[in-house]
Amino acid sequence: MPDIPATFGPPQPAKVIRVLSDDGTLDARHDPRLSEREVLEIYRWMVTTRQLDERLVALQRQGRIGFHVGSLGEEAAIIGSAFAMRKSDWLFPCYREFGAALMRGLPLQKFMDNMFGNANDTVLGRQMPNHITSRATGFTSVSSPVGTQITQAVGFSWGAKIDGKDLASLVYFGDGATSSSDFHSGMNFAGVFKVPVVFLCRNNGWAISVPVERQTATRTFAEKAAAYGFPGVRVDGNDVFAMVSVVREAVRRGEQGLGPTLIEAITYRMGGHSTSDDPNRYRPTDDLKPWAERDPLERLRQYLERRQLWDDAKEQALIAEIDRNFRAAVAAAEKTPPPPLESMFEDVYEKPPWHLEEQRAEVLRGPRPPSAH
Amino acid sequence: MPQMNMVQAVNEALRSAMRRDKRVVVMGEDVGKVGGVFRVTAGLSEEFGEARVVDTPLSENGIVGCAVGMALYGMVPVVEIQFADFIWPAYDQIVNELAKFRYRSGGEYPAKLVIRTPVGGGIKGGHYHSQHPESAFIHVAGLKVVCPSNPYDAKGLLLASIQDPDPILFFEPKRVYRAAKGEVPDNDYLVPLGVAKVVRPGRHVTVLAYGAMLYEALDAAAKASEKGVEAEVIDLRTLWPVDINTIVTSVKHTGRLVVVHEAPRTCGFGAELVSLVTERCFYHLEAPPVRVTGFDTPFPYTLEMEYMPLSHRILPALLECAKS
Repeated sequence: MPDIPATFGPPQPAKVIRVLSDDGTLDARHDPRLSEREVLEIYRWMVTTRQLDERLVALQRQGRIGFHVGSLGEEAAIIGSAFAMRKSDWLFPCYREFGAALMRGLPLQKFMDNMFGNANDTVLGRQMPNHITSRATGFTSVSSPVGTQITQAVGFSWGAKIDGKDLASLVYFGDGATSSSDFHSGMNFAGVFKVPVVFLCRNNGWAISVPVERQTATRTFAEKAAAYGFPGVRVDGNDVFAMVSVVREAVRRGEQGLGPTLIEAITYRMGGHSTSDDPNRYRPTDDLKPWAERDPLERLRQYLERRQLWDDAKEQALIAEIDRNFRAAVAAAEKTPPPPLESMFEDVYEKPPWHLEEQRAEVLRGPRPPSAH
Repeated sequence: MPQMNMVQAVNEALRSAMRRDKRVVVMGEDVGKVGGVFRVTAGLSEEFGEARVVDTPLSENGIVGCAVGMALYGMVPVVEIQFADFIWPAYDQIVNELAKFRYRSGGEYPAKLVIRTPVGGGIKGGHYHSQHPESAFIHVAGLKVVCPSNPYDAKGLLLASIQDPDPILFFEPKRVYRAAKGEVPDNDYLVPLGVAKVVRPGRHVTVLAYGAMLYEALDAAAKASEKGVEAEVIDLRTLWPVDINTIVTSVKHTGRLVVVHEAPRTCGFGAELVSLVTERCFYHLEAPPVRVTGFDTPFPYTLEMEYMPLSHRILPALLECAKS
């Protein structure tokens, strides 16, 4: 009988896929061959995302909104991946992906209404800011508990598969979520039932204050896919060309019935976890420097400028336009009244049962709190 | 009309719902070839195929999380959790996701599914095959909770639950899965949610019960009758939203209330029922309401008949309540 081969010991980490090199050329092996118009569109949404992030943090500091959770430094990972999905596909957000929703057609005004939790907010102020929902753009509802969207994304495209529809889900989560039971369950179910899901782990270095070394003893997140029987790839998350390329490939695999793919997008959370957090308490400032040099917006802008597709004047005009739209949306959202009191009791069930009708009547006739909103 | 037990009646309901609506998918551990550990899903895999009767990996969190996703897509999953005792890994998905989806999405993503699971003791199942955890779900805004006691109701309530637009926990009392038999029509019919049933009229004391304990309450009521106490026994059928009108009408008539359930007493459903009745019927009450329940201990193996609120404990409570 031959010896059982010694297979213990970790596999070599996969090479990080990168397309946009420092000299501005694209690696032909993974070049998604985007048109100039497409690259410009992606760039506009990345700039829009960053500009909105900065302005929303300022609004929070001014006390005009309660909270913001941003995507500073992760714009290429978010916009690039969403751009690669087809219109018929579905996005399952973590909570940093408002830019993807806007790109897929969520009106800016609707987003701002959510940030203010007013009467025009799709979810009527029932959730914290950034917890958006947009069925029309194939974007599900943001949940604060980490990882819960992973199994749901699997079930969604699994349901479509049973229904005979060709549809993929892109599910966003961070490095922290890979420790959750939903990550394990979702990856396992997707592998077993060959569900067309793109698992997108944004490895941004941190889960609030906890670094990646405390989430896993593996050298990469991508290699976890091996345990579930499907490929895991590592990609430069600050390289939007690479992001588009690997996500398109993952969607293609799903289309061909090959099932899911795990993508580890290596990026960095340049801000705090949210406006409630001061990263200076746990993160050495030196850590930011190398990542600032890999800023996804700067890299794409240099690419565009080298090809005479972009310049300062265009940049200024774009920022001025974003600013105008933002101010208008904020002004309208701020003027909009809070949701009506009775809306608190709607959508718990399709129709309020007797006990909610009773409680609604109790609130409507009862005293109001000293500071209503 | 054919005679059936509850296992057969639930199986009939599932089969009928799956025939009528292609969106209905049955999923859970061992629900496929073997037809479930209690054989409730027997034969479904053969008729509807493996795509719609899914033997899943052993992960309640994965089953319910994926089912929520299927529901968001527009399928109608009917999930089996093998024993209610094993439901807790899915509790986050049930409480924070399933129950809140309609609300937190402003109605854009109603997540409708049914979770069926066997509950209750009396089968020598020890801690982990005996619990009756309804109050942990009744407490969660957005869920409906159903617990049939007999084959006719089981079929009608399950069909109503599958049609209902809201997420439903469907608790099946396993102690009477095969013991409770009755006539069940071949055709589809609905037993409406939220409607209790007076199964034994009486004028001295109201007894609220459900699931397997209904039979214990009826046994106690029959024995009480021999001693001149006429108990009105109500089968709640839907635990939440509970049929408050039927309860209040009865208690206003009898002036006395006994609540029976297997689950531990503290913060059990009985506490809510007693509060609801006290708030509405305080001036009609002629005796303190009584709870006959499981104890605030883990469910014991050897001493399970001492733990359970069987007839021998209901009868004295009933007589005492009627006397005072």
